[in-house]
Amino acid sequence: MKLSELWLRSFVDPPLSTAELAHALTMAGLEVEAIEPAAPPFSGVVVAEVLEVARHPNADRLSVCQVNVGEPAPLSIVCGAPNVMAGMRVPCALVGARLTGADGEAFEIKRSSLRGVDSQGMLCSAKELGIEDDHSGILPLAADAPIGRGVREVLGLDDTLFTLKLTPNRADCLSLVGVAREVAAITGAVLRAPAIAPVAAQSDARFPVKISAADGCGRFTGRVIRNVNAAAPVPEWMKQRLARSGQRSISALVDVTNYVMLELGRPLHVYDLDKLRGGIDVRFGRKGERLKLLNEQTVDVDETVLCITDASGPIGLAGIMGGDSTKAETDSRNIFLESAFFFPDAIAGRARRYNFASDAAHRFERGVDFDNNVAGIERATELILAICGGEPGPTVDDVAQLPERKPVRVRSARAAKVLGISVSDAEIAAIFSRLGLASANTPEGFEVTPPSYRFDVAIEEDLIEEIARIYGYERIPANQPRARAAMSPQREAVRPLIRVKEAIAARDYQEVVNFSFVEAGWERDFCGNDAPVKLLNPISSQLSVMRSGLAGSLVANVRYNLDRKQGRVRVFELGRVFRADNNVADGPLTVAGVAQPLKLAAIAYGPAYPEQWGLAERKVDFHDVKGDIESLFASAALRFERTTHPALHPSRAANVLVDGKTIGWLGELHPRWQQKYELPQAPLVFELDLDALLAVPLPAYRELSKFPPVIRDLAVVVDEAVPAQALLEAMLGSRPALVQDLWLFDLYRGKGVDSGKKSLAFRVVMQDTSKTLTDAEAEAAMAQLLQLLTQRVGAKLRT
Amino acid sequence: MDNLEKIVSAALEQFSRIHGAAELEQAKARFLGKAGALSDLLKGLGKLPAEERREAGSRINAAKDRLEAALAERREALARAQLDARLAQEAVDVTLPGRGAGRGRLHPLTRTQDRIEAIFRSIGFDIADGPEIETDWYNFTALNNPENHPARSMQDTFYVDQKDASGRPLLLRTHTSPMQVRYARMHEPPLKVIAPGRTYRVDSDATHSPMFHQVEGLWVDEDISFADLKGVYTDFLRRFFETEELEVRFRPSFFPFTEPSVEIDMAFGAGPNQNQWLEISGAGQVHPAVIRNFGLDPEQYIGFAFGSGIERLAMLRYGIHDLRLFYDGDLRFLQQFP
Repeated sequence: MKLSELWLRSFVDPPLSTAELAHALTMAGLEVEAIEPAAPPFSGVVVAEVLEVARHPNADRLSVCQVNVGEPAPLSIVCGAPNVMAGMRVPCALVGARLTGADGEAFEIKRSSLRGVDSQGMLCSAKELGIEDDHSGILPLAADAPIGRGVREVLGLDDTLFTLKLTPNRADCLSLVGVAREVAAITGAVLRAPAIAPVAAQSDARFPVKISAADGCGRFTGRVIRNVNAAAPVPEWMKQRLARSGQRSISALVDVTNYVMLELGRPLHVYDLDKLRGGIDVRFGRKGERLKLLNEQTVDVDETVLCITDASGPIGLAGIMGGDSTKAETDSRNIFLESAFFFPDAIAGRARRYNFASDAAHRFERGVDFDNNVAGIERATELILAICGGEPGPTVDDVAQLPERKPVRVRSARAAKVLGISVSDAEIAAIFSRLGLASANTPEGFEVTPPSYRFDVAIEEDLIEEIARIYGYERIPANQPRARAAMSPQREAVRPLIRVKEAIAARDYQEVVNFSFVEAGWERDFCGNDAPVKLLNPISSQLSVMRSGLAGSLVANVRYNLDRKQGRVRVFELGRVFRADNNVADGPLTVAGVAQPLKLAAIAYGPAYPEQWGLAERKVDFHDVKGDIESLFASAALRFERTTHPALHPSRAANVLVDGKTIGWLGELHPRWQQKYELPQAPLVFELDLDALLAVPLPAYRELSKFPPVIRDLAVVVDEAVPAQALLEAMLGSRPALVQDLWLFDLYRGKGVDSGKKSLAFRVVMQDTSKTLTDAEAEAAMAQLLQLLTQRVGAKLRT
Repeated sequence: MDNLEKIVSAALEQFSRIHGAAELEQAKARFLGKAGALSDLLKGLGKLPAEERREAGSRINAAKDRLEAALAERREALARAQLDARLAQEAVDVTLPGRGAGRGRLHPLTRTQDRIEAIFRSIGFDIADGPEIETDWYNFTALNNPENHPARSMQDTFYVDQKDASGRPLLLRTHTSPMQVRYARMHEPPLKVIAPGRTYRVDSDATHSPMFHQVEGLWVDEDISFADLKGVYTDFLRRFFETEELEVRFRPSFFPFTEPSVEIDMAFGAGPNQNQWLEISGAGQVHPAVIRNFGLDPEQYIGFAFGSGIERLAMLRYGIHDLRLFYDGDLRFLQQFP
């Protein structure tokens, strides 16, 4: 909310500078977001009366004006404005005046000669003074503006505009009087609320009002005013105050309602009485009813939407916006004023449902004072009569049902417990009194009855907050709490997530963070997912579905960096992925219907190693990345099985398994996507379940053998199609007890091995914990391994 | 016998000039061998009278020992020289860069989050994480923010095309505060936890990202007060930024899930942002309605909660000015965080 400091100070004027006042408001919870001067600095500009306008002898577009600035002799000033006329009063910058130029730099007005005619100053446009952008002519001042008086004073330009960032609980501060009330409470300065006297009725004109929905509309105060001149000009002072509050001047009647809303926080509505049919009925809408609003939008209403209706049907959304059919216009003669109270629950969320916001809805859904309906209508009547004339009827105040104001108790001891500091009862009583909260003593503290304008005082904590706020958050000490020194469980079989990140970073992958929402196309291409979880309100189509895999984002990371001349990109991301899954039920850490596990994924593009002198460059390949994965699972036995995956090259893709369960995949990007996503080379990608990565077995010590190991090699030939893993598993699955370890150390194809075959060589470590192995025992074990290979995978000993 | 000294000095002189092992062995033969000079002298001992023979014999043996020692020393010197020569020849350029794989780095947000976790862990806080697609109840209602309440518009929410059991659309959590409720329902008090993680709001401009990271903190016990919040959060900021020259101010605000509520600002005592108030966190005493949704009695349990932006902390810590850098995946940026 924007407000003028001068206007505010007309109600409460604490002995504080502008900056101090802003600070006091901020520290009381009414954050002052911005402070700006109403006009840039200038001096030496006074009100002048134009006495005479003559054509400039040497220039068609210039005139030579004689102006009276209150000095004995008039000044002669050359002026180029088309609107300058004898008799008008205008701002005149005297010789020596300092103005701020459009570039923000100050400059001085000097005596000068324009095309041979002396000019003793400058007549100013609104733009030249920096007030508005209008530079079409001289700024006309009021006909009674005092000649010779400083223009800053006359126009009230020595003002500051505060922008308040109000929290939703403080609807009572959505007006000048509301903020003034708060300033008085914070500073102790006297509040001078505007005195509002009832305006006597000059006729008995009334308009019938019925409140059918008392749970929506608690009060409806109305007044007929006949014979107004709705086209009357709006006075400058009102325009100025509206402008400084961020409101454009529209017409006299609309401006008056806006003015009263800003001043008192009291939303009003004006109907053209002659357009109303029958009587007003405030009721909830009915299915099928529709209404064209003031903003030209046509809306359908139903039983949840509170409406102002007449014999023609709905003519306004109660508390939100009036209707087009009954709106007062500049040719309206007879009007009907509405000053109602609508319950917040009946208004909240409705405007949002129709996708717009209004000042009235903003206030009503937060809570509007239900005790100033009459004051608001009297104030509006006074202003309308002054500006537009007219004959008011009586103010008719229908009260159906007002919000209850139940007394709220606060215990001094509870306040001390919550705040961590004890505030004396005397101080609490003083705080309530300053806030205008009527309080009575109770054995344990106080009982407070909130005023009609406060909608945020319902429980004890609300009052504790008020105590703390006025007492001053700054006066509450910062305390280091004492706590029980209980140790927390530390699970050794689950490693901290950061260890996993560090492990993969150590394999030369850079961590990235990508958005969880992606293009639908990425889901199709990289996850084979035609039915991703969709956002109902995405900010763009590129960010419209929740990703069910991380690969698409990583491919985008590669592209981004390739575009920036990085030829080698290796990145990883750890994040949740999302997939609709009816097997997921609501649980302590789950949401029914959506699986959202954490995954670790990485991509490797370009050379296997950074370019260097000591290693020949080669492209990263499947087994490089497989090695990276193996290194992440320090001790778990991993299995890799050929698979197909939408993102991957069908012959270069594998699932990763732990204990027979698939916990991830790896492979080379499918050439189709390499081409579509314009990657010069194919990257390797993998994605793993984080849970599997976090699990680390608890180490269990095995006795070390005191006897020397026997190490033998076994080279066999198998069909090309037999995977290496089949051999390893054939041996490891049924190995003789003394075989401690074995691994593949050579793969050979070529001379000496038939085509379609390959040779695999294994190194075997044998050992007994109780004795030294004999050659015979070792030979027997090797023979047994060979036999396993022969039987299970058709291997032949390589000779 | 007179030339014994001459023979010794001639031998020592010859040994010292020899640079090859074979040459040294030839010289040894010349002096100590069977036909060597000293052997000749020994052979001549028999011609001497018995009383002289004894003394001459021991002189010759002493000379022989001296030559043997000189030989050994020379042999060792030659071996050492040979080794030195080989070692010198084997020199590498120690300034050539090391060979092998490079190293990746952690994202600045991970680094920041890890730091936050370490600081809170140091006073016994637990770390929790949970779902990012949330129910309306956990994200709003349980946090005392009912449907249609104007406070909801404080946070523009992304909704997804899935519904909860009551038919309300699921949403992307707008803060990590739902973890307060989830954690509280899983644990007994005292509740002392931070919940860092990804959060989402419909907002995208130079200073807002539709996805960002927040850390929620919660400490509920029988006596955790607003003064404790001031102490703990002030401490946290001073530890995080590693400076005591940091002012923290607490000013009233409003959040549905806390009361009293507070906006926390901080100002550095030095540096580019010196004496400038910077918003750093929203916080307050947990609202009694929220404590009840934890399954606890607000008369017995009170405490504070806070929520801070991890990006904001990282930006202030490392002097980053552009929020988007965190999500661009630009290696030139990311590699600046070793």
